[in-house]
Amino acid sequence: MTKIADNQIVIKLLPKDLSEQTYISDKHLYVKPEFIYELCKELQNNPETQYNYLKSISAVDYIEYFEIVYHLDSLINNSSLVLKTKLFGRSKLSVKSVTSLWKGAELQEREIWDLMGIYFEDHPNMKRILLWEGFEGHPLRKDFIK
Amino acid sequence: MSINNELVTVNFGPQHPSMHGVFRMRVTLDGESIVDIEPVFGYLHRGTEKLAEERTYVQIVTLTDRLDYVASMSNNLAYVSAVEKLCDIEVPKRASYIRVIVAELQRIASHLMATGFLLQDLGAFGTPLMYCFREREKILDMFETLCGARITLSYMRPGGVFQDTPDEFWGQLDSFMGTISDQISELESLITGNEIVLSRTRNIGILKPEEVINGSLSGPMLRASRVKWDLRKANPYEVYDELDFDIPIGATGDTFDRYLIRVKEMRESIKIINQCVSLIKPGPVRNEDVPLVIRAPENEAYAAVEGPKGELGFYLVSDGGISPYRCKIRAPSFMNLSLLREMAIGTKVGDLIVNFGSIDIVLGEVDR
Repeated sequence: MTKIADNQIVIKLLPKDLSEQTYISDKHLYVKPEFIYELCKELQNNPETQYNYLKSISAVDYIEYFEIVYHLDSLINNSSLVLKTKLFGRSKLSVKSVTSLWKGAELQEREIWDLMGIYFEDHPNMKRILLWEGFEGHPLRKDFIK
Repeated sequence: MSINNELVTVNFGPQHPSMHGVFRMRVTLDGESIVDIEPVFGYLHRGTEKLAEERTYVQIVTLTDRLDYVASMSNNLAYVSAVEKLCDIEVPKRASYIRVIVAELQRIASHLMATGFLLQDLGAFGTPLMYCFREREKILDMFETLCGARITLSYMRPGGVFQDTPDEFWGQLDSFMGTISDQISELESLITGNEIVLSRTRNIGILKPEEVINGSLSGPMLRASRVKWDLRKANPYEVYDELDFDIPIGATGDTFDRYLIRVKEMRESIKIINQCVSLIKPGPVRNEDVPLVIRAPENEAYAAVEGPKGELGFYLVSDGGISPYRCKIRAPSFMNLSLLREMAIGTKVGDLIVNFGSIDIVLGEVDR
């Protein structure tokens, strides 16, 4: 069975400058959006965690804020981790891309930009993927009408 | 004399006889070699994730049929697993066995399609594809007996399956299981040692193990590149932990391995179905406590199954209402395309179709 990582233990494994940027809320592990790239890099390379497989990136619109959810897996230790970050506001949202860490993030980040309107910095090819260029709005947002 | 080697950009698809659905690629060629390739998505985008936000949990089952339409059973299974995890619903044992049997039948059907079309792409028009379709047809007939539909099945429900198996089903399954092994051997005798197939697929589009893990590939794509990872073993769901089967892995991670892994997986599926048939006992097939309109608790759940194409996952977020607040689909066909450039660049344009066909994508799932 895949072990579900204990968030408390994961935080303890992190170097101090990173663990200060993380917190646990409602049983989920959160990180401040500016540190998402550094944290993912650490989780991928730390010999204790080795989250080498990015299962999926999802974005959820909670109206007051957006949540980006990273489902990570370690194929080495057979364990899984859910990492979240909150972005407040409705416009000009951006977060650093993790495509340089996991190639599998490339298409998913484009999809989130297309459907949710969250921009990923340093992405090699940040443009719409499922809808056409020139489409107005981001349809998966809760306030999108037609 | 100077040779003018200007780069040419060729538009390939979305309407092309050898394209698997409405996928489009912009291929830049230097003579016959591919120097750049850009996939263009979205021709079949129907907004499934948005539609799911306005339907009840049971109604969404019908949407999942239309994702990977050659493997509807696996989609149903992935979705109902997510709902069951979200609402903490128990599934009766008999229903679990039925689910495993139909999911493995669906895997055989899907792999047959993949193999048949791969050969079609190689230029073997007709014969091998018809061999594959003949067997797939028997599986579709069984599904018709089960639920009245052949492609868009909607057989599963949160908490079980739609109805118990009719008596004729077991007869059909028995006669199918009696011949399928030989039929696969027959198909394999046409392909595996075939000189033309070998020369066209060996050492084409090699992917290394680190690459496929980093690229979030899954399913046969991952295992062909020597990564022994299968959710049925790594994180068993339904009754897979009680069953005895192997995970075949490839040798080099080329197009031929991706074909061979599918043939080997079909044989493992046969083993699984035979075990399930001997272990299944009479009993209820549906949890009667599950209401028709499910009101999920305020929570979230991610559940995934090993579909024929790879890890098919559903991430459901509930706000306590009768439909999910957010329904994200982790589609294996979509994710398997993330290394298309790495696979194709440097190969010849003639190999592109076979190379691309070995990923086995279904556009309903790519564009959702």
